[in-house]
Amino acid sequence: MGRFHRHDDGTAHTHEHGDDGHGDHSGYRTGAERVEVLERIFDENDHTAAANRADLEAAGVTAVNLMSSPGAGKTSLLRETLLRLRGSVRVGIVEGDIETSIDADRLAGLGAEIALLNTSNGFGGECHLDAPMVRSALARLPLPELDLLVVENVGNLVCPAEFTVGEHARAMVFSVTEGEEKPLKYPVMFRSADVVVVNKIDLLPHLDFDLAAFYRNLLAVNPQVTAIETSVRTGQGIDGWCDWLRALVRRQPARR
Amino acid sequence: MHELSICKSILDIVDRHAAGREVQTVHLRVGALRQIVPDTLVHCWSLVNEQTALAGSELRVERVPAAIRCRSCAHVQTLDEPILVCDGCGGTEVEIVAGEEFLITALELAEA
Repeated sequence: MGRFHRHDDGTAHTHEHGDDGHGDHSGYRTGAERVEVLERIFDENDHTAAANRADLEAAGVTAVNLMSSPGAGKTSLLRETLLRLRGSVRVGIVEGDIETSIDADRLAGLGAEIALLNTSNGFGGECHLDAPMVRSALARLPLPELDLLVVENVGNLVCPAEFTVGEHARAMVFSVTEGEEKPLKYPVMFRSADVVVVNKIDLLPHLDFDLAAFYRNLLAVNPQVTAIETSVRTGQGIDGWCDWLRALVRRQPARR
Repeated sequence: MHELSICKSILDIVDRHAAGREVQTVHLRVGALRQIVPDTLVHCWSLVNEQTALAGSELRVERVPAAIRCRSCAHVQTLDEPILVCDGCGGTEVEIVAGEEFLITALELAEA
């Protein structure tokens, strides 16, 4: 492997240098031919995401990509959601987890079809779900028997935001224990969300969390976002979240 | 974090365009709104290409600052922070005109 170093112009790269020192290689190397490529690096993922979306729509399924940092309450929110949607909305879940089936086990027995995706058997363990991974999970779900697919992404505020998986909407769970500055620290994630579920709201009296500052920061990076305050512990706001999901399912042109 | 899997995607694209020729340098353009760390990307590149024909090739990253255009007053500005508010009129109806790029722009291939 080559040596890693940085140039004054801010670029950084790795390669071997001989004894003749660094030298100026900011231009083209002699004997090199430059070929224009101009290819987007996420193209392959985006193509697979489009194929996922087409399959979902053909089956009349609306998909939500559910993202958060670890421990924000995605799985416990999903448990409460399944209890409320049971009997009216048929739900499938793609459960992304680096190593275990703990989350999938917590969701079992609540009437949803679940496909577990362990991401550790990839290249060193992935921190996100990408469209090809979700595609493999879709093949294990009875799509024509579903109305709503929730893709529970790996808990992480950075990587999942970069990868579309074929979803119709992006939902994010944020817990008030995380700090009001988070939208500014993870703008890509907060900006990509259609709805932010502000969870653990029952803890507010015990925290220094500044809810007004959080909303200011959230709206600075995502002026169009919907926010729903919830507490999975007390049940506050869960019906509002379920109503948001129902409305999303109704909006989607279903072909049954 | 996701730089490793991104490098695998880059590897596939470069492989296809190089068509068997030796690649010396891969040029990337990365917008400031992408959560991609150039140094990490460069490091992962050397790990991912180790056992391939692309071993020893360089990854060079060109960063592009984020910019927005206001839909109300048409003011265009470069962003230092990810605050999507117009400096001109304070409006929040803005569109991102730069900063979301993430592409391979060019390859430098050894003369055949």
